[in-house]
Amino acid sequence: MRANGGRRSSRGDDETVALRIPDGSPTPPRAGGPPTPPRVDGSPTPPPVIEFRQVGLTYPGPPPVPAFRPCDLTIEQGEFVTVIGPSGSGKSTFLNIAGLLDAPTEGTYLLDGIDTGTLKDGDRTALRGRRIGFVFQSFHLLPHRSARENVQLAMVYNGAPRAERGRRAQEALEQVGLGHRLDSLPTRLSGGERQRVAIARALVSRPSLLLCDEPTGNLDSRNADSVLGLLEQLHATGMTVLVITHDPAVASRGVRTVAIRDGVLREQVAV
Amino acid sequence: MNHRRRRRFTLRGRRHRTGPVVEPSVLAPRDLLGESLAGMLQRPARSALTALGTVLGVGTFVAILGLTATTSSQIDSRFSVLTATEVNIEDIGIEQNEFVPLAFPKDADARMAKLAGVEHAGVYWTVDTRNTDATIRSSPIGDESTGERANIVAASPGVIEAAVPHVVQGRVYDAYAERTAQPVVMIGSGMAARLGITTLQTRPALFIGGRPFTVVAIIDDVKRKADLLLSVVVPRSTAEKIWGEPATGGAKMLVATRLGAAQQVAKLAPTALRPDHPEYFKAVPPPDPKTLRGNVTSDLQQLFLLLAAICLVIGAVGIANTTLVAVLERTGEIGLRRALGARGGHITIQFLAESGSLGALGGLIGTSLGTLTVVGVAVARDWTPVVHPTTVAAAPAIGLLTGLVAGLYPAWRASRIQPAEALRR
Repeated sequence: MRANGGRRSSRGDDETVALRIPDGSPTPPRAGGPPTPPRVDGSPTPPPVIEFRQVGLTYPGPPPVPAFRPCDLTIEQGEFVTVIGPSGSGKSTFLNIAGLLDAPTEGTYLLDGIDTGTLKDGDRTALRGRRIGFVFQSFHLLPHRSARENVQLAMVYNGAPRAERGRRAQEALEQVGLGHRLDSLPTRLSGGERQRVAIARALVSRPSLLLCDEPTGNLDSRNADSVLGLLEQLHATGMTVLVITHDPAVASRGVRTVAIRDGVLREQVAV
Repeated sequence: MNHRRRRRFTLRGRRHRTGPVVEPSVLAPRDLLGESLAGMLQRPARSALTALGTVLGVGTFVAILGLTATTSSQIDSRFSVLTATEVNIEDIGIEQNEFVPLAFPKDADARMAKLAGVEHAGVYWTVDTRNTDATIRSSPIGDESTGERANIVAASPGVIEAAVPHVVQGRVYDAYAERTAQPVVMIGSGMAARLGITTLQTRPALFIGGRPFTVVAIIDDVKRKADLLLSVVVPRSTAEKIWGEPATGGAKMLVATRLGAAQQVAKLAPTALRPDHPEYFKAVPPPDPKTLRGNVTSDLQQLFLLLAAICLVIGAVGIANTTLVAVLERTGEIGLRRALGARGGHITIQFLAESGSLGALGGLIGTSLGTLTVVGVAVARDWTPVVHPTTVAAAPAIGLLTGLVAGLYPAWRASRIQPAEALRR
């Protein structure tokens, strides 16, 4: 969490280029990332899912702690982006900002073109619930509820009609390959299956962004591989996926990788 | 909702949103109920133990109120048989006219019997024996020290009937004895034993100041006017003939009425007895049974209700404690719900609903147990169980309120949990 942006140049990060060096120099909008291909049907280009404009977070002191240095970042619809960084690099802070769990102290964060800075707390919460699907390292499944009920929980707060919930939960579970374990309790599921339930829960409210925090951290390599395979599958169907990890092997699965170190975010150029 | 939100932005001068408007998070009442019930049922044993305090508190509350209502109704029915049908009429004629020591007319019994609702009525007074020899003996001779002393009561046959005596031997004197001023007496069993009277087969006599009287009845119990048991009772006309009218007043009338007629009889009696001078009488209707009940039960009831309140407080503390532990335990779940779009308020209300349903459940069980206790005690005592409907209706509500109050602090704590922190666990 604690980051020190001043030591950046002394590191041997030759393969990374700074997305934006926080010195106030103008940055072209949407630095990095592949350009969005124009839509076949001719509809206007949708706004990027995530657009950071000089977003940074400094915990108020004394002394003030800059946890996340101001930077620009754009993630277009349908991208599969991985964010890699060692522990203590500011990954969690980035996750909290991107996931609307914490508000940045500087800059503008547009989610789906909505300026989240002007939103009140309740609206940010609602936006989070409707537009972002979270996948956590520790799954966060309710232990006494079946897979289907756990998935349905995601629809409680965003006003999905009750009648639809069962069917939608089932569809989401089938989508992640758990159509045969609808009524199993999480305690009866393997780690990989649990994470699939969590992914189904994240998908069921049809979010704009799947935000995964160390999704394979608690899994063995076989399960991790299958979960990453699932994420790739989802990406292939057009879902925007953002995976935060410390594991280079996981990060390499992304189409595009962003490195974070000491609170500084940099685009990582594919080798 | 959308409209309201848009208007709010406009009113506050905010810029209009170009992109899609954020729809607010919601929590439908049915979902709230489902979530809180699920939260309660996921640890059934703990929930049951937590609810125990409320069960005891509310149960005690219902049992106490039910038992007091039951005993009160018993008291009521006892009073309705005896006191509620008894009217006493006092002769206060001498206070208004010193030449009227006895205002009751000779045919007082018959006059009263004509009143609707009167079952029995009779005049009685205690004979003034200060100036005469009133020693009671079973033989005509003997010195003063061997005699018995007792009140000599002049009573018309109506008094005897109104008092409902239990006759051991013989039969009570009747209107004939009254009309013809027969020298007869009715005595209690205690007096009979002291005088050595064991049987009435031999027509035994007793002597009051040397005058012979035939003992016609021995009684061992009366429902009204218990002092008759310790007295020597003679007909009114006989007493008048021998000792004269009560010189200093003090005559009374005992009226047994039909149920519900007492107040009316008390109102009409003075006029019925003496249309010329109704003011010579003071009719005393039976006391209101409700005030009697209040006096009998209030002290004990208050003590037990205090105990019930203490139980409730203990129950509330138990719920508060358990809910607080649950909040800390379920921090991850709270974080998840926040991530899924729940506002702090939704979390608060969910935990409040959980503690509230726990309290309400405890209240319901307590109400049932309390009612069962009342029924059980009533059956054992052969009483009619009485539980006021408002008690039964209010008791679960008290449980609910206890749960809600107990949940206030934990729910507030839960809403303060930061999702980012909670999800890191």
